[in-house]
Amino acid sequence: MRTIVFIISVLLSVTGHAQFPSGHEVLTKIDENMASDTRIITSKMIIHGRRHTRTVKSRTWAKGDQKAYTEYLAPQREKGTKMLKLEERLWMYSPTTDRIIQISGHMLRQSVMGSDLSYEDMMEDPHLSEIYDANVTKEEMIDDRPCWVVRLKAKKANVAYHTRLMWVDQERYVPVKEELYAKSGKLLKKTELMDFKQSDNRWFPWRMTFKDVLKTGKGTELVVESVEFNLPLPKHLFTKAVLRR
Amino acid sequence: MIRFLLKGLVRDRSRSLFPILIVSLGVMLTVFLQTWLAGAMGDIARSNANFSTGHVKIMSHAYAQNKSQIPNDLALLGVESLLDRLRTQHPDMAWVARIRFGGLLDVPDEQGETRTQGPAGGLAVDLLSSQSPEIETLNIQKSMVRGRLPARSGEILISDDFAVKLKVNPGDTVTLLSSTMQGSMGMQNFTIAGTVRFGINAMDRGAVLIDMTDIRDVLDMDDAAGELLGFFRDGIYHNDKAQQLTQEFNTQLTDPEDLYRPVMCTLHDQDGLGEYLGMASYFSFIASSIFVVAMSIVLWNVGLIGGLRRYGEMGLRLAIGEDKRHVYGSVILESVMIGFAGSAVGTALGLAVAWYLQVHGFDIGDMVKNSSMMMSNIMRARITPVSCYIGFIPGMLSTVLGAALSGMGIYKRETAQLFKELET
Repeated sequence: MRTIVFIISVLLSVTGHAQFPSGHEVLTKIDENMASDTRIITSKMIIHGRRHTRTVKSRTWAKGDQKAYTEYLAPQREKGTKMLKLEERLWMYSPTTDRIIQISGHMLRQSVMGSDLSYEDMMEDPHLSEIYDANVTKEEMIDDRPCWVVRLKAKKANVAYHTRLMWVDQERYVPVKEELYAKSGKLLKKTELMDFKQSDNRWFPWRMTFKDVLKTGKGTELVVESVEFNLPLPKHLFTKAVLRR
Repeated sequence: MIRFLLKGLVRDRSRSLFPILIVSLGVMLTVFLQTWLAGAMGDIARSNANFSTGHVKIMSHAYAQNKSQIPNDLALLGVESLLDRLRTQHPDMAWVARIRFGGLLDVPDEQGETRTQGPAGGLAVDLLSSQSPEIETLNIQKSMVRGRLPARSGEILISDDFAVKLKVNPGDTVTLLSSTMQGSMGMQNFTIAGTVRFGINAMDRGAVLIDMTDIRDVLDMDDAAGELLGFFRDGIYHNDKAQQLTQEFNTQLTDPEDLYRPVMCTLHDQDGLGEYLGMASYFSFIASSIFVVAMSIVLWNVGLIGGLRRYGEMGLRLAIGEDKRHVYGSVILESVMIGFAGSAVGTALGLAVAWYLQVHGFDIGDMVKNSSMMMSNIMRARITPVSCYIGFIPGMLSTVLGAALSGMGIYKRETAQLFKELET
């Protein structure tokens, strides 16, 4: 009798998991929606600080997760500030000083303009399937839409978020909610993605909220105003000369 | 009688020299300890007051709760009107606004790109107004190593050690990067007017001194300040007055619902300084008490040895009819003379050593090189009126107490036995 129960339970578990896609398959489909070879994105960050709410508008040209160039468009105090990220190095240009200043690597994980986004969050466009191993652990409903709950674990050590817990829309294959963890298991950030629109055969969120749980404040909204994928980007965008142009 | 005893003491050195030496040594150590602690504690309190805590400090409630993080986004607003009110209501105190900030000091190369950079701990004070007391409070003029004081907007002072580390000199341009009150990146070019060395490692590692108007521009802190500091005009911290002022301010001027309401705290309430200074005073008391007890035991022992040595003399004096109380009285009187001489010599020696350390100090820079405490690298003793009697009184007391204890044996001598003892 015990043997029969065991065999039935094993069969049930196998058939149950067989309904879940593989983690790699989910990440690949997410990358098809969210990642690109190049991306030009104009967005505004609405930063809800402890005392004030302010809006910072910027345009970023990104090539994968290695090269990115950002120009701040508003408010007036920030206008003309530029940032260039090449691999692990970051340069910043401010028109008031006319200086190009190199920011050390660890700053890439610091807050951008007092927001809940880091420079990496803001400037990189990573392919998750290349960086993380994943497995689908269960199903859950988010806003009446069925989602896969996917646990991602970094393949290499030098990653900002070692573990991620992602709720992925089963139909569109886009993350709708995420929890980002450090290697120690400490929760670092929570994000929610919404206002998905379909264009060029991909679903992309036009509004995101970020909450750095280690910071006080009420979180940051990122509203996408325009986004273009896989356009050829001129090489000079990723040289230091662009900062003073 | 006194003259007779004095002659006895001078002629019989075994009765005077050793006890005087012991009392002198003990008194000297007590005076030295008291002056050293007074110097060290006074210096820590003064350095902290001038550079960090003031005699009283006003911050926003939210800022005060996170003050170790220097949260300028929670700074006080409407500072000028608050300062005006404080200056009107409390003219007996000097009120100043300060902004602390962290950031990077970046040094450009010929192309204007980063040559080198280092983390800076910044302090913004009123450097440029003629009536500002800050130059004197922070002892900036005497701390100058190279260059001159800032004379116009856009000029800063940096610590000399920091300047050497960054390989910059007065006249060079550097860029300050910091986080504005709104959380944005603030960048501004400054000219180094001069370099300073405060002799406090926590300041000398990477200090940048900037004028208040300049930093308000960089950090977007118009009419805002992290801290308002109040100083008693005599330069001395008066705890009772400060506590009273703080209590009045916190009950009258603040709305308990407002997270950004100004709150005042005294020097004693900040950074554990009250406990620290209280502990130092307690240690000073303990050290003096231990000295009195230890010296009493030593001198009791000396008295006992002396008593044994003078056993025959005491016996003879009692045998020829001298009253026990008179003999005991003469022993006590002798001890008063020894105590007086030893305490006077010890106090003089202690004050001499203390004076030397008050003038020259003792460099402990290497021991506190990683310290974040507002503490001078040169520890100095400080002679106070207390120094003149802190060792003298215990010196006298312990000598008399020791003699009194050992002299009790006189009352145990039985007259019937005295002649037998004399015969043997």
